[in-house]
Amino acid sequence: MSELPWYNKGLFSSLNLRQKTLLTIGLTGLVLLIIFICGWMTNANLPTDFSIKMQAPSFQHPFGTDWMGRDMFARTLKGLSLSIMIGLAASILSSIIATLLAFLASINRACDEFVSWLIDLFASIPHILLIMMISIGLGKGAFGVTMAVAFSHWVNLTRVLRAEVLQINTSEYVLLSRKFGKSKLWIAKEHILPLVLSQIFVGTLLVFPHAIMHESSVTFLGFGLSPHEPAIGIILSESMSYLAMGAWWLAFFPGIALLIVVLLFDIIGDNLKRLIDPSEANK
Amino acid sequence: MELKVENVSFSYNKKRQILKDVSLSVSSNSVVGLIGDSGSGKSTLCKIIAGYISNYKGSVTIDGEKIPDKDYYPVQLIFQHPEKTMNPKWKMKKVLNESWTPSQELKDTFGLKENWLNRWPSELSGGELQRFSIIRALNPKTKFIIADEISTMLDAVTQVQIWQSLINHCKANNIGILAVSHDIDLLNIICDDILYFKDINNL
Repeated sequence: MSELPWYNKGLFSSLNLRQKTLLTIGLTGLVLLIIFICGWMTNANLPTDFSIKMQAPSFQHPFGTDWMGRDMFARTLKGLSLSIMIGLAASILSSIIATLLAFLASINRACDEFVSWLIDLFASIPHILLIMMISIGLGKGAFGVTMAVAFSHWVNLTRVLRAEVLQINTSEYVLLSRKFGKSKLWIAKEHILPLVLSQIFVGTLLVFPHAIMHESSVTFLGFGLSPHEPAIGIILSESMSYLAMGAWWLAFFPGIALLIVVLLFDIIGDNLKRLIDPSEANK
Repeated sequence: MELKVENVSFSYNKKRQILKDVSLSVSSNSVVGLIGDSGSGKSTLCKIIAGYISNYKGSVTIDGEKIPDKDYYPVQLIFQHPEKTMNPKWKMKKVLNESWTPSQELKDTFGLKENWLNRWPSELSGGELQRFSIIRALNPKTKFIIADEISTMLDAVTQVQIWQSLINHCKANNIGILAVSHDIDLLNIICDDILYFKDINNL
């Protein structure tokens, strides 16, 4: 008898693949929710206490303290929740843009050409450059970054949705619906939207990690959130000046935390995709 | 009323022409059969008459007038594969009521069971689905029905039942039928007149 893989032993052996996928999504979602709520509740205006500045990680301060004696754990949590919030807003906005453009492309040939051109245009500009330009143009800050990330991440989802809508538009039930005298708007709302809804949902979740990463990197470069906000990007860029002095914990823990959050979102997205679109599961 | 198809020619590509100067006419209250070989262009002709293909030569008219394309199309095509004509994310109730709300009596004549209405299209068989697509096409605004091999997937008993109900309804409501099939025995029973596709297609 062949060796059972670890996930088929012990506690979870009685679950089937679907239940396991749901469990993964549930647990990952819970972890993210806890991080978000903790960050939300934490008071970011930490008192500065120079008597405990630059302390290495200890039980009292698990992530150490910075040069003003602030607890890095609290700052990291606050930064993560800020990142999650901006990521959420940006990815929802970019999905709305993608959906609108995909439906616009289905109106007629000229609109389709226009949307394809727009996709090519945005895909040909490097992401980070575009984000920086939009962010500066909109006056930086949370609003600027959210808009910048939203307006640069709709491309992939639009491409997928456009193809999907085109295919549904040539299906017999849509052709028949037109012969029943239904309007294009009615068909888009009743026929096409329910069929692409799962794609939109998964697309939104898969944009999430990108949004968070780009938000942090553009903030790190100084084109994003303002320095007094405890964003991960700000924390990382501030820590640069102290790294040479041996304060490795200032960059290490926030960086790892950001990576974990991004990975968790990626896990949710992938599992949800497998759950909703069974053809993906065989790949 | 009379549905007239005059000198219709069509080709999908330049290499091969499918239809050349096809003419036929169906009057209300009659059932006309059309029989022909596989791949000879029967379905293409059906799509042209029902308005699914528009770049053809010739004319399709009802009482000498062009059929308006904007609103409900008075010539309804019933497809060969009912499962393709239903949105997989719609419950059967919504599918049935998409074009109009049929009476309970009509549902009964076609043997539609009440508990089918709360299922998804993938949970019903081809024959069950075909009943839905036939009732859907029987909107009061329908003047002619093009039945493109609608009973091919059914067993003999069900075929007779469905055709019987369809023809009864159409006779009562003055709807003309163009029945397309491979099955000459079936057409002999149900049709008032039979056309041979190779005779009307001048290739």
